[in-house]
Amino acid sequence: MSNQDNSHDPPYHVAIVGSGPSGFYAAEALLRSDLDVRVSMIERLPTPYGLVRSGVAPDHPKLKQSILVYDKIARHENFNFLGNVELGRDVSIADLQATHHAVVLACGAHADRRMDIPGEDLEGSHTATEFVGWYNGHPDYRDKKFDLSQEVAVVVGQGNVAADVVRILAKPVDELRHTDITEHALEALAQSKIREIHILGRRGPAQAKFTAKELRELGSITNTNASVNAQECVLNDQSKIELEAKTNTNAVKNLETFRGFAEQDTSVGRREIKFRFCLSPIALKGQERVQEILLARNRLEGPAFSQVAQSTDETETISCGLVFRSIGYRSVPLPGLPFDFSSGVLSNIEGRVVDGDQPLRGLYVTGWLKRGANGIIGTNRADSIETIKNLRADICDLTIETMPGIHGLLSILKESDVKKVTFSDWQKIDSAEIERGTAKGKPREKFTRIDEMLDQLDR
Amino acid sequence: MAHIVTDNCKLCRFTECVEICPVECFHADSEQLYIDPDVCVDCSACIPACPVNAIYEVIDMPDDKTPWIAINVERSRALPVISEKQDPLPTAEEHRAKLGF
Repeated sequence: MSNQDNSHDPPYHVAIVGSGPSGFYAAEALLRSDLDVRVSMIERLPTPYGLVRSGVAPDHPKLKQSILVYDKIARHENFNFLGNVELGRDVSIADLQATHHAVVLACGAHADRRMDIPGEDLEGSHTATEFVGWYNGHPDYRDKKFDLSQEVAVVVGQGNVAADVVRILAKPVDELRHTDITEHALEALAQSKIREIHILGRRGPAQAKFTAKELRELGSITNTNASVNAQECVLNDQSKIELEAKTNTNAVKNLETFRGFAEQDTSVGRREIKFRFCLSPIALKGQERVQEILLARNRLEGPAFSQVAQSTDETETISCGLVFRSIGYRSVPLPGLPFDFSSGVLSNIEGRVVDGDQPLRGLYVTGWLKRGANGIIGTNRADSIETIKNLRADICDLTIETMPGIHGLLSILKESDVKKVTFSDWQKIDSAEIERGTAKGKPREKFTRIDEMLDQLDR
Repeated sequence: MAHIVTDNCKLCRFTECVEICPVECFHADSEQLYIDPDVCVDCSACIPACPVNAIYEVIDMPDDKTPWIAINVERSRALPVISEKQDPLPTAEEHRAKLGF
């Protein structure tokens, strides 16, 4: 079929599953292409924007401005949003394929990686995901409890999510009151007794994954001291080589920051953030709840840029009442679709879902489900541009018949009692949240239960 | 604290940064790129994407680069958005080598 003159052909219908950054950037790439295309986006929650809403920290409002871009995409005449519709519960991939020429899976990575050590499930041991979802009002984590009457917390992992967890634990609660942090989190944090937060990396300071800016921020929290263990900041030769590389500027900046922490006066200050390096948890211990974390000292082995942490016999114990692991997310397999368990992603080649090396007709993937849980918001834009470029190259071959698109999907959903949330429905929820926030001097007060969100639509 | 494209972009114009920008804040002329500081959300995604370290966050800028703050404001406002990667300039590889990257 020729695409030279597609103005006379029926439009192409593409379904996107997931409304986080990768889903929206896929929609953007489609709607900007030369195709006459209609996009149907489904989302399991009544609210769009994925981790920009429920991941980005409340005290980082500027990053959330990428929502303005998604909002603009959503207002495109050929875009349809259907929230509160879950793949597997309300519709199947077969349903989407029966109604659309192509399906783009952009449902992310919502499971966390485990440390796989004894005591990991003791009370007081949590994932960063749960904590972040809780303070950001994600309905899945609304009823989680964190015992902030504890004085010492340990955060395992040294990436930006770990930095968010540490910052929210350390920041004076009054500095969060005018953010969009949820009320239940504010109340709990106001009672917090946390005075010491250890943040552990299995490798050294030169390998910490924080972006330079996030790390610096941890050094400038009101009434909080950041410190490093000076001995742990001594670099081995391979790490020195890493820092000499001209493009490794982030690590150079991080190291400067860490060295500044080492020189800080630690005699004053209400809270302490202690950066620790070359340590791996080997067990959580305690009667009924976490009371201590047992750590193994690591040695770095291997060449520059691929040094790995090798445990030694030396151990150390930190007494603590809370542990947050922030060691990455993983995707969960989708029923009936090939999954690459070694990388924790849907099997794909540059966004084409494949079984072995055979592309599965009309199925595409983008974002964390495609490449693994890494990168920041913008990484997903480049990722989705790649996926849609390949979809664009394939689509003329995919098209053999007219598809009903969103209307077909709506007829399928008519048979279930699911309450669909359109984009204008979301705008009602959005306005109600903003209104609730205004009264408290906050940009918004999020609804944190699905029922509460849906109730707004009957008003 | 906005992000700024500086002179290393000249003669290169790799455009690796434009697709990784979540908000399309890059603008371009035939010589190089510029960031619109009013649109940039300060995520820093573009900094490691640039093969020749042309992009700085203002706080990290060497003093001799500060004139680029005003140049980015002025040029980004006058030029169209660039949101998709393009071929680098023909002089790019030679210039990259000269810059030591």
